Amino acid sequence: MTALSDQPKAKHGFRLSMLIYDKRYRSITIQIVALILLFTAFGWLFNNAAMNLAKLGKPLSFGFLSQPSGYDINQRLIEYNSTMTHARAALVGILNTLLVAVLGCITATFIGVSVGVLRLSKNWIVSRLMGFYIEGLRNVPILLWIVLSMAIFIEMLPRPSAFRGANATATMYLNDSVAFTNRGFYIPKPIFNAGSSIDVIVFLLSLVAIWFFGRWAKKRQENSGDILPTFWIKLAIFFIPSIIVFYLSGQPISLSYPALTGFNFTGGFHLRNSLIALWLALSFYTATYIAEAVRAGVQSVSKGQTEAAFALGLRPGRTMQLVVLPQALRVIIPPMISQYLNLTKNSSLAIAVGYMDVTGTLGGITLNQTGREMESLLLLMGVYLTISLTVSLVMNWYNNSIKLKER
Amino acid sequence: MKKSVFIGALTVAGLASGMASAGTMADVQAKGFLQCGVSTGLVGFAAPDANGNWAGFDVAVCRAVAAAVLGDPQAVKFTPTTGKTRFTALASGEVDMLARNTTWTFTRDVDLKFEFAGVNYYDGQGFMVPKSLGVASAKDLDGATICIQTGTTTELNLADFFRANNIKYEPVPIETNAEGQQQFLAGACDVYTTDASGLAATRATFENPGDYVVLPEIISKEPLGPLVRHGDQQWGDLVRWTLNALISAEELGITSANIDELSKGTNNPEINRILGTEGDLGGMLGLDKQWARRAISAGGNYAEIFERNIGSATPVGLSRGLNALWSDGGILYSPPFR
Amino acid sequence: MSDVSYVRTKMLDEMAPPVSQVGPIRWARENLFSSVTNSVLTLLAIWFIYSLLAATLPWIVFSSFSANSLGECRTAIRDAYGADATGACWSVIRERYLQLLFGFYPSESYWRPILALVLMLVAIGPILFEGLPRKMLIFSGLYPFVGFFLLWGGTVWLPVTILLGFVIAYFATTMLGKVIGSLGAVIAAILLPVIWWLFLAGPVAYGLHAIVPIGLVPIESARFGGFLLSIVIGVTGIVLSLPIGVLLALGRRSDLFVVRTICIGFIEFIRGVPLITLLFVASTLLNYFLPPGTTFDIVLRVMIMVTLFSSAYMAEVIRGGLAALPRGQYEAANALGMDYWKSMRLIIMPQALKISIPSIVGIFIGLFKDTTLVSIIGLMDPLGLSTAIRANAAWNGIVWELYGFIALMFFIFCFSMSRYSMYLERKLQTGH
Repeated sequence: MTALSDQPKAKHGFRLSMLIYDKRYRSITIQIVALILLFTAFGWLFNNAAMNLAKLGKPLSFGFLSQPSGYDINQRLIEYNSTMTHARAALVGILNTLLVAVLGCITATFIGVSVGVLRLSKNWIVSRLMGFYIEGLRNVPILLWIVLSMAIFIEMLPRPSAFRGANATATMYLNDSVAFTNRGFYIPKPIFNAGSSIDVIVFLLSLVAIWFFGRWAKKRQENSGDILPTFWIKLAIFFIPSIIVFYLSGQPISLSYPALTGFNFTGGFHLRNSLIALWLALSFYTATYIAEAVRAGVQSVSKGQTEAAFALGLRPGRTMQLVVLPQALRVIIPPMISQYLNLTKNSSLAIAVGYMDVTGTLGGITLNQTGREMESLLLLMGVYLTISLTVSLVMNWYNNSIKLKER
Repeated sequence: MKKSVFIGALTVAGLASGMASAGTMADVQAKGFLQCGVSTGLVGFAAPDANGNWAGFDVAVCRAVAAAVLGDPQAVKFTPTTGKTRFTALASGEVDMLARNTTWTFTRDVDLKFEFAGVNYYDGQGFMVPKSLGVASAKDLDGATICIQTGTTTELNLADFFRANNIKYEPVPIETNAEGQQQFLAGACDVYTTDASGLAATRATFENPGDYVVLPEIISKEPLGPLVRHGDQQWGDLVRWTLNALISAEELGITSANIDELSKGTNNPEINRILGTEGDLGGMLGLDKQWARRAISAGGNYAEIFERNIGSATPVGLSRGLNALWSDGGILYSPPFR
Repeated sequence: MSDVSYVRTKMLDEMAPPVSQVGPIRWARENLFSSVTNSVLTLLAIWFIYSLLAATLPWIVFSSFSANSLGECRTAIRDAYGADATGACWSVIRERYLQLLFGFYPSESYWRPILALVLMLVAIGPILFEGLPRKMLIFSGLYPFVGFFLLWGGTVWLPVTILLGFVIAYFATTMLGKVIGSLGAVIAAILLPVIWWLFLAGPVAYGLHAIVPIGLVPIESARFGGFLLSIVIGVTGIVLSLPIGVLLALGRRSDLFVVRTICIGFIEFIRGVPLITLLFVASTLLNYFLPPGTTFDIVLRVMIMVTLFSSAYMAEVIRGGLAALPRGQYEAANALGMDYWKSMRLIIMPQALKISIPSIVGIFIGLFKDTTLVSIIGLMDPLGLSTAIRANAAWNGIVWELYGFIALMFFIFCFSMSRYSMYLERKLQTGH
C-alpha cells in the first residue's frame, strides 16, 4: 500500500496542483493567500487614506504635537499651561485616565467583594438588597450612570456661595476642614515643611517593617503553629513610629485648610465633581460585575472544603481566609482582570461629564483644534491599547503565579 | 446618482458608487438635493422641531443655496454635526456645505483647507454671570469657575484672555449647550462663556432671565459664516454670491413681498442684474438668470431672515449691532453685483 | 400485679412550639437577627431602604401628567400638593415618549418598526426555544432582509437581489463543485456573489422596480432615533458579527500561523480599545479609508464599527464554546472521514454555538447598553434625544424624569434578557 502510494509522487516530483490538494503544501498556500489578501486590504485602505488626505492637502504628520496647545486643563497632575504643547496636554490626559482608572479599580474591588460576600449572606433582607443593587445597576448603561451621577452631584449638593455670609445655608464638616460643594469636595492638604523628610522616611521604613513582620509572623506560624494578632501589630507599626517622630521633630507637616475666598474655596485639595462623579459611577457599575464574579468564585468552592475546615476546628473567619478564598481566587481573578480592563476602557466616557482624560484632550480638544483626526485617533487608540495590553500582561502573570500548580 | 445614494445607504454596493465627482454643483444637481451640515441644535440658528423640520438663521442660508441651485428651498437634507465631526463631514464630502456658526480663522481657512464663503453673522465671545455675583467686568473674574463648550475657538480665546490679563480661572469643559446651562444654573460654574449670540439665546430660555447679566467685554472676533471645501471654486462662488445676494437684497430693498414686482424690471440696474432681468450673472455661475431671485424668495432678504429667526421679536432677541448694513452703522457689506 | 411502671406509659400531648420558633418570628430570627452582625446589617438595610423610599416616593407620586411645559408643571404641582411640594413632571414623558421610542421616524409609518420587532421575535424564537418547529429557521434566515425592507423601505427588489447573491453562492457550492472541484467552488461561491452585489444587484433591482414597482416609502436613517436606533444598531451588530465571530474563532484556533496571528491581532486590537474611539473612527475617519468621493451615512458607518467591535467579543465567546466541546466530538468527526469545513459545519459548530447562546445573549445586552455611546457622536439615541428635549425652551431644566424613564426602559429590556440567558444556562447545565 505505502509503496504504491509513494511511487507516483517520486516519479512526477512537485506539481502545481499539490499546492492545493497536498496537505503538506496546502497550509502554506492558504497562509500565503491570507497574507496577500491582508496586505491587499491594508494597501487598499492606506492608499485610499493617502489619496484622500493628499486631496485635502493634509498629509499624515505628527508635527502638530509640538505646537502650543492654547487651551487650559483644570485637573493636571503635572505642570501644564496653555503655552505648552499638544503632546504635553495629551500626557496630562493620559495621567488623568490612569488616575481615575486606578482609583476606580480599587474602589470597585472593595465594593464588589463586599457586595459579593453580602449577596451570599444568610440575612434575607441584606442579600435581597444586594441582589437589587446588582441587577439594578448592571442593566442600565454605564453612560447613563455617569451622566446621572454628575447630575445628582450638581443638583443635590450646595453651591459654594451657599457657604457664604451670615445666613449661609450650607456648612463645612469636621471642624470647618471639609466642604462638599457641587463643584467638588475640598479637603485639607498636607504641606511638607522643612524637616518633614525625616517623617516621610520613618513612615516608609515602617511600611518595610510591616512587610518583614508579616513574613516573620508567617514563618513563625508555620514552625510553631502560634498565630499572632498580626493585624493589630501591623496597625501599631503603621501609626506609632510615624506619630512619635512627627511630634519629636516639631510637627513639620501641617495641613492647608480650604477656605471660601472670592468665587471658590481655595487651599486644600480640590477633588473635582467630574472626577468624583466618574469615579463613583465607574466603581459602582463595575462592582456589580466583580460581585457576581466573587459570588461565583465562592460558590465554586465545594461545601466539603468548608465542612472539613470546620471539622478541623477553624473559626468561620479563618475558614474564609485560609480555605475558601485562596481556592475561590482562582475562579475570581480572570473575570476580575477583564472587569479592570472594562473599567479602564469605560473611563473614556469621561468626556460626557467634562473630565479631561486622554479622550478629552488628545481625542477631543486637540483633535478639534488641529483637525488632525487620523493622527490623533491613531495615537489615542495606541494609548488605550498599550494600557490594556500592559494590564492584561501584568494580571495574567499574577494569575499564573497563583494558579493551581498541578504536579 | 440617486441610485448610488440609495445603495450607498445600505451595503457594500455603496463602494462601487459615488466615485464620479465632476464638481459639487453638478453632484448636487444630479442628486436633486443639497446636503447641508448644521449644528445639533442651537436656539435660533438651527434646531429641528417635533416633526424633524429644521429652521433657523443658519438653516436659512442652506435653503437659499438650495433654492438657487435646485429651485426648491425644501430640497435640503440636514446633517447635524458636532464640534468634532463638522470639519470631517465637510472634508469627506458627506455634506456639500457647512452652515454651522463656524468661526472664520486662519488655520481653518489655510491649514484645514476650507473656503469661507463670507460672514453671515459677526459675533464675539462674551461672559454671562448671575447678577448676585456682583461682577461688573470680565477682569474681576480672578479665580472664577468658567463653563466652556469644547471643540470651539472659545476655549482658546479664554486661555488667551486670562493669560493676557494675568488672572487665574478654572475651566469646566462641557459638551452641549444644555449641559452648560444646567451647570451654570445650578451654580457649578460662576460664569458661562460662549459667543454673545449664544449667550443671549441661552439667557432667553431661563426661567428668570433678569437674574443674569452678560458682561460688557467681548474678548474675541468671531465672524461666523458658511464654508465649503477648498478647490471647488465654482461651488464656493455660488455659496458666496448667494449670501451676498441676500445682503444686497436688503440694501437694495428687495424683499420677499416685492420681489415678484421688482423682477418685472426696475430703473435700478443693480436690482435688474441681481434678479436676472439685465445681463447674465447666473450664466457666469453656471446657473440660469433667476438664481438669485429664487434664493431671495426662499426666506426673504438678510433682514427678513434675521428678524424671523433671531431678531428682537423672537425669544433670542438679538439686535442687529455689528450685523447692520454698512449704511446703517454696521459692517455688513456686500461687493457689488456687476 | 401492680400497675406501677417505671416509664411513662402515655405520651404527653404534643406542645405547641415556642412562639420564637414558629412563623414570621422564627423566620426573622433565623434570617434577619441570627447574630449581632446580622442584626446590625438588617437594621442598616432597613434604614437605607426607608431613606431611599422617603426621598423618592413623594417625588414620584406628587407629579403632574398634563402640563405642557416645565413651568406649568411646577405650578400645577404647587397648586395640587402645597406650596413647597416638589414632584416629577411625567408630562414630559407623555409628550415625548413616542419620540424617545421612535426618534423622528414618520408617525404614519410606526407600524413598520413595530411589525419588524414582532417579526424579529418570531425569527429568534426557534433559536432561543427548542420546542418550536425547526422549519421556522428558514424564516430566521430571511428575517434580516424582511426587517431591512420594513425599516428603510424603498423598493422590495433591492433586498431580493441582495438575497439572490446568497442563492448564487449556494448554487456555486453545490452545482459547480462537481465541475471545477471543491476549492474552485468555494472561490466561486465567494467571488460570484461579490461581483453580483458590487456591479449587478443595484441595476437589476432598479430594472425590476421599473417593471414591477412594489415598495414602501423609503425612510432615510437620519430619521431613526430613540430606542428604535438602539435596537437597530444592537441587533445588526450582533447578527452581522456572528459569522465574522465564527470565522475569527476558528482562525484563532487554527494551526496555520499566519491565519492565527491575523485573528489574534484583530481580536486583541478591538478588545484593547474603547468603543468610543471606534465610534470616533466611524464619525471622522471611516470615509478617509474609502475611495475618494464615497460616503456612507453615519448610521451605516456606526453599524460597521459596532459590528467589528462585537465580532471580536463574539469570537472569544465562540472560542469558549469550541473549547468546551469534548475532544471526542472532533475525533469522531475525523473518524467519519469528514474534512475540516464539513466537520465544523455539521458536528462542531452546531454544538459550540448552542452552548454559547447564553454568552451571546450576554454580549447582546452589553452591546445594547453600549449603543448609548452613539449620543456622543451626535446620533439621536435615547440619551441624545434627552439632550435635544432639554434644549427645547418648554422643557429646559428637566433632568430626572427623562433619565429615569430611559433607565427604566433599558432595565426592562436588559433584565428580561439576562433572566432568559440564566434560564438557558440552567437548562444547558442539566442537559449534560
